[in-house]
Amino acid sequence: MTTHMLSKRISADTPRATHSPARHPRPGVRPRRGATRTHPALWLFPLPAVALYIVFFALPTAQAFQYAVTDWDGLSAAFNSVGLGNFGTMATNDDLFHNATTNSLKFLLVVVVLQTGLSLLLALLLQRNSRATSALRALYFLPAILSSVSVAFVWKFMYDPNFGLINQALDTVGLHGLQSAFLGNESAAIYWVALTQVWAHTGQLMVIYIAGLQQIPRELYESADLDGAGRWQRFRFVTWPMIAPTTAIVIAYTTIQSFKAFDLILGLGGNPPKGSLDILSTRIYATFTNSQFGYAAAESIVFMLIIALVSVLQRRAVKLTQRV
Amino acid sequence: MTSLSRRVILGIYALLVAVPLIVVVTGTFKTTKQLFSSPFGLPSDLAPGNFRTVLTDASMGHSFANSVIVTGSAVLLTLLIGSLASYGLARIPGRLGWLIYGFLVLGMAVPAQANMIPQYVLFQRLGLLDSLTGLILIEIVATMPVAIFIMTGFMRTLPRELYEAGSVDGANPWRTYLSIVLPVSLPSLAATAIFLFVIQWNDLLYPLLFIHDPSKRTLPLALLNFQGEYLTNYPLLFTGVVIASAPIVIAYVFLQRYFVAGMTAGSVKG
Repeated sequence: MTTHMLSKRISADTPRATHSPARHPRPGVRPRRGATRTHPALWLFPLPAVALYIVFFALPTAQAFQYAVTDWDGLSAAFNSVGLGNFGTMATNDDLFHNATTNSLKFLLVVVVLQTGLSLLLALLLQRNSRATSALRALYFLPAILSSVSVAFVWKFMYDPNFGLINQALDTVGLHGLQSAFLGNESAAIYWVALTQVWAHTGQLMVIYIAGLQQIPRELYESADLDGAGRWQRFRFVTWPMIAPTTAIVIAYTTIQSFKAFDLILGLGGNPPKGSLDILSTRIYATFTNSQFGYAAAESIVFMLIIALVSVLQRRAVKLTQRV
Repeated sequence: MTSLSRRVILGIYALLVAVPLIVVVTGTFKTTKQLFSSPFGLPSDLAPGNFRTVLTDASMGHSFANSVIVTGSAVLLTLLIGSLASYGLARIPGRLGWLIYGFLVLGMAVPAQANMIPQYVLFQRLGLLDSLTGLILIEIVATMPVAIFIMTGFMRTLPRELYEAGSVDGANPWRTYLSIVLPVSLPSLAATAIFLFVIQWNDLLYPLLFIHDPSKRTLPLALLNFQGEYLTNYPLLFTGVVIASAPIVIAYVFLQRYFVAGMTAGSVKG
């Protein structure tokens, strides 16, 4: 069996969780004009959404670019254009921004690797439908519906160095050596928050993986069995390439979610968070509350670019692993 | 993988999820001392003292009402405005329809941090800061792209005959929308509603930006402020968590299918 053939299949029909592929009229294949004329009133339907979106979303997004080249403090009427000065400062002379970028990337790396791996593992174990698997899926999914502030408070207690559940449990079983200051440990704090993020969202991504796994045609496994494939080979040559589009979705979603982990950081690290827990989204907010509107806007543009860059790189990486 | 190791992995993960949640729920009936000395033990009595403290002294009851008002209005209005747009976009033929659709859903790729500053300035000028109306408006705007993405995706899969059935009877598009498309789209609307409910109920960013008046706080913002007030009084923090999460967890118990469908559709923004 060649995976080449498989990847062709995959690109032919990317799974969409809720849309049945039944009918999908495209612009080109519409019946000619006249057969069913577009009722003019139809144009009114998108109008409220489009109007709200332009005024309160699209224009503000464009304005962010305008602000980004100024030193506006958000209060005074007067401000200066500083050209690309804000970006220059950010690149060369802003330790807070560099620290936040590093923390964001550390956080992202841990969450993407652990969460993707764990959600796929759990999905593989729970892909068959039964009473027991449904109950477990429902339990695993539960943390995803809680607010991040709630999740943060749950884990604040787990991680509390003196009274926390983890250190107490380690104390009870006599493993004092493993006790930790958790969030108090400057160099490791961001990783503990990353674990909390994984705890909160693994179940959600597991469900996406289960949907993907259930779409793999049985026959592929049967023919793999005929070829004498073992468990690992079945996974490597059937499941993994067939699940690649889902993996791309899972990773892309996890990435955006990780960059946005604003609430979790504020809940666990305080507002504003201490340096060891500052990530890009909290940094932009801190710059903004510090009345540096122009500079915060510039940061937010770099933030968008970083997300876009990481997403493109990931797409490539996922494609590469599909090859044998 | 043997069935034993499968069971062990699934069991361990179930404990990892359940134990912290059980400790939090039972912790709401404990004092700090009881929680620290026996975090896993059942509470000795079900005294509602913590709930009274949190709901009245910390005025979380008030924040709860604000959250109900903001989320309730924002979910309904996003559904209404979004479903109207989705219906129009699913029926308008040609490139222009797709272009408008693309323009609207492009918003999903823009992180909130990218436009929140100009939005703040705009809302300040319009006098919409520190107002629940302003909060409702920004929640609608922020979730509109993904709502339209989910609902248009569904309505485009509806057979053309369904839309045309109406026009043969001489029904105008409005009638078709109300009496044919909306009823048929109910499962998709329900999933979208749940998705919006989870996002908007849990949102912290916009309340944090736009609300300074303590009497206008929504639950996540009120909860965040506990941090300073109650520092390590975990039973009170836990009580706040339980109050803030109760509506969503109760809804989850009864509407689990829609939660999974909605939150999956919302994340598969390919």
